[in-house]
Amino acid sequence: MNTPTAGTNVPPMDAVRPLPDTAHKLSVTDLNFYYGKFQALQNISMEIFANQVTACIGPSGCGKSTFLRTLNRMNETVRNTRVEGQILLDGVNIFEQEVAYVRRRVGMVFQRSNPFPKSIFDNVAYGPRINGMVANRAALHEKVEQSLHRAALWDEVKDKLNQSAYGLSGGQQQRLCIARALAVDPEVLLLDEPCSALDPIATAKIEDLIFQLKSSCTIVIVTHNMQQAARVADYTGFFLLGRLIEFDSTTVIFKNPAKQETEDYITGRFG
Amino acid sequence: MGDLHTLRRKTVNVVMLTITGLCTLFAAGTLVFILGYLFVHGGSSLTLDFFTKLPTPVGEPGGGMANAIVGSAKLLALAMVVGVPLGFLGGVYLAEFGGSTFSFVIRYVTDLLNGVPSIVIGIFAYTLIVLPQKHFSTLAGGLALGVMMIPIAVRSSEEFLRTIPNSLREGAMALGASKAKSILTVVIPAAKNGIMTGIMLNLARVAGETAPLLFTSFGNRFWSPGWEQPTSALPVMIFTYAISPYEDWHRQAWSAGFVLLTLVLAVNIFARAVLAKKKHVAR
Repeated sequence: MNTPTAGTNVPPMDAVRPLPDTAHKLSVTDLNFYYGKFQALQNISMEIFANQVTACIGPSGCGKSTFLRTLNRMNETVRNTRVEGQILLDGVNIFEQEVAYVRRRVGMVFQRSNPFPKSIFDNVAYGPRINGMVANRAALHEKVEQSLHRAALWDEVKDKLNQSAYGLSGGQQQRLCIARALAVDPEVLLLDEPCSALDPIATAKIEDLIFQLKSSCTIVIVTHNMQQAARVADYTGFFLLGRLIEFDSTTVIFKNPAKQETEDYITGRFG
Repeated sequence: MGDLHTLRRKTVNVVMLTITGLCTLFAAGTLVFILGYLFVHGGSSLTLDFFTKLPTPVGEPGGGMANAIVGSAKLLALAMVVGVPLGFLGGVYLAEFGGSTFSFVIRYVTDLLNGVPSIVIGIFAYTLIVLPQKHFSTLAGGLALGVMMIPIAVRSSEEFLRTIPNSLREGAMALGASKAKSILTVVIPAAKNGIMTGIMLNLARVAGETAPLLFTSFGNRFWSPGWEQPTSALPVMIFTYAISPYEDWHRQAWSAGFVLLTLVLAVNIFARAVLAKKKHVAR
């Protein structure tokens, strides 16, 4: 991608700012995170806007995945970790709510597709089942079909719902994981490098999907691939060594970053 | 000089290949010899009576070991009731919940228990059940075999649960499942085949145990009507009959050995077939 340096042929900063006044879905304030004594996140504050795609970029080990995993409290499953600060989900601190409830509202798709060793149907039905979301078998079927439609996978799997999920291709497995996450009707969907193990065609399908899901979900995506962030994200945060260096609309981050570190990373001077 | 070097290398190669080959042959040959000998002796003396008749009174030829076959089955059923839940749940604890220090102690103790001579386990069951009740019983024998199953059941369950990638646990929890629920609904079903294989191999192992039964289930020349009476078992019958002075009993001991081995072999093959045909293979 052609990345102009600051000041050339780019509208002045004010033309792009301020950030549009969409509702704040998630509000992160002074977030610190520790693995034992190592501080992985330092004073992160960030707004995540409803029905927008927010990308987190940065070099390996910068804390972007850790950040993502605090948004649904997944990091609490790792031993010997500690979190400080607050994350408001629709104005209520997620650390003061029941963890299962938070994770139901903030769904997650992982870097490597992780379908359960069950049938395609049972994978998607897992969330509604364990959360007691459906009254009967017909409703469950409807939920599964709807989720597979939303993940743009229905046409490919509708004839083999009872077959093992491991029979699907890598890209299909990842979309199955998205369908599985969607089946519990999350308000926010966290995507942790969802395309890093996929080929370009499968990646394009997932990116199309992200566009479609925007209308019903707030999406936060961690990606190594800057072009991907530029393609799919409305907002981008640049992380470096556990700090959020810069957060702005994707256009600004890629065309007119305020910080030297951001520009160095975007232009490929390191990372 | 170069040729000499090559010659040396070739010689060492041939010598080592011969030594390792012979050792392999010897190890496998011993097994083949035992199996073959048992098949020839046991197979040839096996009759239908062996499976259907009770042992005859001493000195009278004929009879079978029907009671010992049923007795072994009852003992193994009891052993499973004792050993499988304890071992399996212990394995779940170690694989999913255990911290570092306490788990280390448990693993260490389990490994020690696995190393305890089986006759000592027999004394344990003897002290616990036979002494207070003042009589031998199937119950005591089943307990002894069950206790013998625990350490391997713990470790094999733990190992198979550990092969389930963490991403599955995370996937379940990210959907709102509690840790317990994710283990129950995702991890254990995924490891089910492996755990079952471990249990079957474990069962096959204790099926041949003799020492812990000698003073627990003791032996019986008749049907054992319930769980409170002494019972006959195949390995104990082999022991008793093999050291007897009667030719006919020796023949029956061979048959018993043959039947026991066939059962163990069948369980082994079945268990491995179950493991091999795993439907969903995690990467």
